[in-house]
Amino acid sequence: MKVKFTVQDPCQIVRKSYGDPIAEDLRFVVKSVVGEENFVDMAPNRSNNYCCGGGGGFLQSGHYEERRLYGRLKDEQIKATGADYCIAGCHNCHAQIHDLSEHYKGHYGVVHLWTLLCLSLGILGPNEREYLKDDLKDVRVFHPESAM
Amino acid sequence: MSADVIKIGGKASRFLDKVKGILPDNGNLDLCLTCGMCSSGCPATGLAGLDPRKFLRMAVLGLDDEILKTKWAWMCTMCQRCIYVCPMKIDIPQLIFNVRNAWPRAERPKGILGSCDFALKTEGCSAMGATSEDFDFVVNDVLEEYQEAQPEFKDMQAPIDKQGAEFFLNQNSREPVTEPDEMVPLWKILHLAGVSWTYGSKGWGGENYCLFLADNDGWKHIVQTATDQTHQLGCRTYLNTE
Ligand code: SF4
Ligand code: SF4
Repeated sequence: MKVKFTVQDPCQIVRKSYGDPIAEDLRFVVKSVVGEENFVDMAPNRSNNYCCGGGGGFLQSGHYEERRLYGRLKDEQIKATGADYCIAGCHNCHAQIHDLSEHYKGHYGVVHLWTLLCLSLGILGPNEREYLKDDLKDVRVFHPESAM
Repeated sequence: MSADVIKIGGKASRFLDKVKGILPDNGNLDLCLTCGMCSSGCPATGLAGLDPRKFLRMAVLGLDDEILKTKWAWMCTMCQRCIYVCPMKIDIPQLIFNVRNAWPRAERPKGILGSCDFALKTEGCSAMGATSEDFDFVVNDVLEEYQEAQPEFKDMQAPIDKQGAEFFLNQNSREPVTEPDEMVPLWKILHLAGVSWTYGSKGWGGENYCLFLADNDGWKHIVQTATDQTHQLGCRTYLNTE
C-alpha cells in the first residue's frame, strides 16, 4: 500500500526513563507491524529526539502560540520524513502532534501504537479508527457490521 | 548605554541554592561553560526572548525577580534534551521546576492548575474530573458492547480492582471521557497476550498535572494514591500508558 510511518520517541519513556534500548524495542514493534520498508526515522531521534512541545503541561498552559512555535521543529522533522503517519506512544505527544499536523497543514495522521497493532492483527473494528485517515479507514475492518 | 547595564543583586539566587541543595553534585549549576549546546537544540529557544543558557545565566546572576516575571518557565517542557547534550550535565529542567514552584499557586497557568485540582478532588485522580463511578460505568458499558459485537472477544475482561492481578494499568481520562472506543484496542492486545491486569477504583488516572504545576504535595498525593492501590490489590507491576 506504500503507506509510510515515522515514530515519535516520547521524552518521558526514552530520554528520561529507559534510554536508547527502549527506543530500539519501539522500532522492533513498529517495523514488525508496518513493515521495515515502510518505516522512516526522524533525525535526530531516540535519546537525542526533540520534544514535540506537548509535555510539561504545555498543552494546558494557555500559551497556544508559543506551544505551536515550539512544535514547529517537530512538524518540520516529520514532514522531512515524508511519512503519512506519525506514531505517538504517549497521550501528550499524540494530542500535540495531531494539533501540529492540522495547524501547519502537514496532513499526516497521528496514531496510537495500539491502533496499528490491532490493525495488523486484523482485529481492529470500525469504531476504533478515529485516528486513521482514508487510506487505512477501510482496510481489514473487523466486524464491519458493528459500525456506528 | 549605562542605563542598559544589568544590575546584579549581589546575592546568590534562591533558585540556584534550592536546586543545588536537592541534586547530587549541586546539579552542576555552577559549571556552565556558556557553550550554547543546550540552546541550539532546545525547541523553546527564542520563545519569550529566552533560551536555556540565558535562563541559567539569569539564575547565576541572581536575577530572581526577572526570572519570576517571564513566563518562559511554563514554555520549557522539562524534556531534558539540554542535559543530554550538555558537556557539564547541567540540570536546567530542575531549575525550571523550582521556578514554577516559586510562583504563587493561584497565579500559575489556569489550565494546569484546574487539571491538578480536578485530580486532587477525585479518588481516581482524574485530571478531567471523572468520578470513579462514571469510569466504572463507561468501562463496563463499552466492554459489554464489544463482547457482544465481536464474539471472538466475548471472554475479554476489563476489571477494576481485581485482587492479585499481575499488572495495575492506569488510564488517561481522555478515553473514558471523550472517546471510549479508543480504550478497546489495548484491552484486546492484553487479552490476546493472556495478561492478568486491572484498573483501580482509586488512582486510575494516568495523568499528573500537579507535577507540571510544580505542586509537590499534589503530585505526591497522586503517585501515593496509585501506588497504595497497586499494593492493596497485590499487583506486582504498575503499568503506565502515558
Ligand atoms: S550546554 Fe551546558 S555548559 Fe553549555 S551553555 Fe548550556 S548549560 Fe552551559
Ligand atoms: S528541558 Fe527545557 S530548556 Fe531543556 S531542552 Fe527541553 S525545553 Fe529546552
